[in-house]
Amino acid sequence: MAKIKNTLTAGLSIIGIIVILFSCTSGSRHDKKEGSALADTSGLVLPDGFSAVVVADNLGRCRHIAVNENNDVYIALDNLKDGFGTVALRDTTDDGVADIIQYFGKYHGTGLHIHKGYLYFGADTIVVRYKLAANLLAPAGEPEVIAYGFPNERQHAAKSLAFDNAGNMYVNVGGPANACMEEMRTPGSPGKDPCPLLEFSAGIWKFKDDVTNQRQMKEGYRYATGLRNCVAVEWNTTVNKLYVVQHGRDQLYQFFPEYYTEDDGINLPSEEFFLVEEGDDFGWPYCYYDHYKNKKLLAPEYGGDGEITGRCESKKDPIMAFPAHIAPNDLIFYTGAQFPEKYKNGALIAFHGSWNRNPQEQEGFYIVFVPFENGLPSGDWEVFADGFKGKDMVMSPGEAEYRPMGLAVGPDGSLFVSDSQKGRVWKISYNL
Amino acid sequence: MFKTQIPLLIVLIIFMFSCKSGENPSQKATQEKPDNGKLVYMKYCLSCHQYDGSGVPGMYPPVKATDWVSGDKERLITVVIKGLDKEIEVNGEIYNNEMPSHHYLSDVQIADLLTYLRSNFGNNAGPVTVEEVTGVRKKLE
Repeated sequence: MAKIKNTLTAGLSIIGIIVILFSCTSGSRHDKKEGSALADTSGLVLPDGFSAVVVADNLGRCRHIAVNENNDVYIALDNLKDGFGTVALRDTTDDGVADIIQYFGKYHGTGLHIHKGYLYFGADTIVVRYKLAANLLAPAGEPEVIAYGFPNERQHAAKSLAFDNAGNMYVNVGGPANACMEEMRTPGSPGKDPCPLLEFSAGIWKFKDDVTNQRQMKEGYRYATGLRNCVAVEWNTTVNKLYVVQHGRDQLYQFFPEYYTEDDGINLPSEEFFLVEEGDDFGWPYCYYDHYKNKKLLAPEYGGDGEITGRCESKKDPIMAFPAHIAPNDLIFYTGAQFPEKYKNGALIAFHGSWNRNPQEQEGFYIVFVPFENGLPSGDWEVFADGFKGKDMVMSPGEAEYRPMGLAVGPDGSLFVSDSQKGRVWKISYNL
Repeated sequence: MFKTQIPLLIVLIIFMFSCKSGENPSQKATQEKPDNGKLVYMKYCLSCHQYDGSGVPGMYPPVKATDWVSGDKERLITVVIKGLDKEIEVNGEIYNNEMPSHHYLSDVQIADLLTYLRSNFGNNAGPVTVEEVTGVRKKLE
């Protein structure tokens, strides 16, 4: 009997060791794979054949990034650094590493785009543009005001920018709320109905790209509504349509524990990828998308219980839904000549990483690729670039070493990525 | 019996320690005695200010090792009751996201919470009493 017990206990110990061994490795799924291209020191995990160099470091809290035809790189900063809100980088030795770094401009914020020889900057309440000149890295002279009068928001203030080829500029005006509650982010508070924020925010506003001093609520035009906050906006030049990726709402469980479990709050709702056409309504704050049930559901602030669809049936669905809270912060469609064929015209999305998944580990902190055909996803999404967070598990976003924020493609087809945590910029290339 | 188990146990313990970096910090909560202030923090504050008080970079300020927590009690109590709607600097970083009002917490809950905050997350300051919370709430009304 003792012997049986002895063998049994030893056996259980061995099983225990095996279980612990496996639980140790389960967190290491982002480790370097056999044969993956990591002939660089960037620490990023990339598909076979890709490699990355660190272009610059410690620039400040980087937001969106743009690359000019002459390879000069421009980055918007979240806050002023030594009085400046934009930074410009130039590589004069062709090794990928910036050797001239110049700060300029009094505006700070998120949106940044090069268009028709100008650097457009979306500060939180104003859009301006600087004239670029080939010989100058930092633009000279005062910028022109293109659009102003945006609400001074304390949440979702990022003014991301996109441009079509017909003389128009599209600006994200996030809704300054989680779900338009009567009492801001307060457990059980009902939603305002109708939500007054929709009049001046929670949508995409359209402006002329070359007219100065346009006011949001006068010359500006509400192109689409019901969008909570779309830091990722991009015009797709292949099909000539606007695409955005929305930050879904937070805290279903914290505010409505009678309808949602803690796991529901962690895993819902989706981050939604939208094809945006004039006049579209995507449903915020009344609705959210559940990617397990594959439909829009009524928000609990408006009578929803995790099952009821209600008025959400008439709201436009996403073209793809991503896991909750992972924070899509930039979108581009790859039209460069360098990456392999499968990436052609596909979407690359930078997910900044979540803060709202406690007590589970935070997710995101990677760049995703979505294959596209005829303007719609033609397959599942996959992680394209990983390793930004620098460790297997991140419990709060401040623990992440880097957080991917902005994306831009250079003239040679390389992908530039900016980081908001330490201010690093990477250049990702294929077979270079 | 023990002879066969001891080496296995040692191996087991080594592996457990090698796993430490992947440990879920919230699991530590169960090892400590319940603290009402901590329970309030977990329910109403943690999702933004995080399990370790580090906040969310660029969005929600840390509550760890900051004068906002360990300093002026009236200012601290006011932030909890009224929320915040202005740009502030915390540990050298600018934050301008709005913080919601938590007026619905009782004076006892707020006193417990702030006493917990002031003696945790690298803060080392004295407790906040229920009377102090009641006094500030009266002033704000």
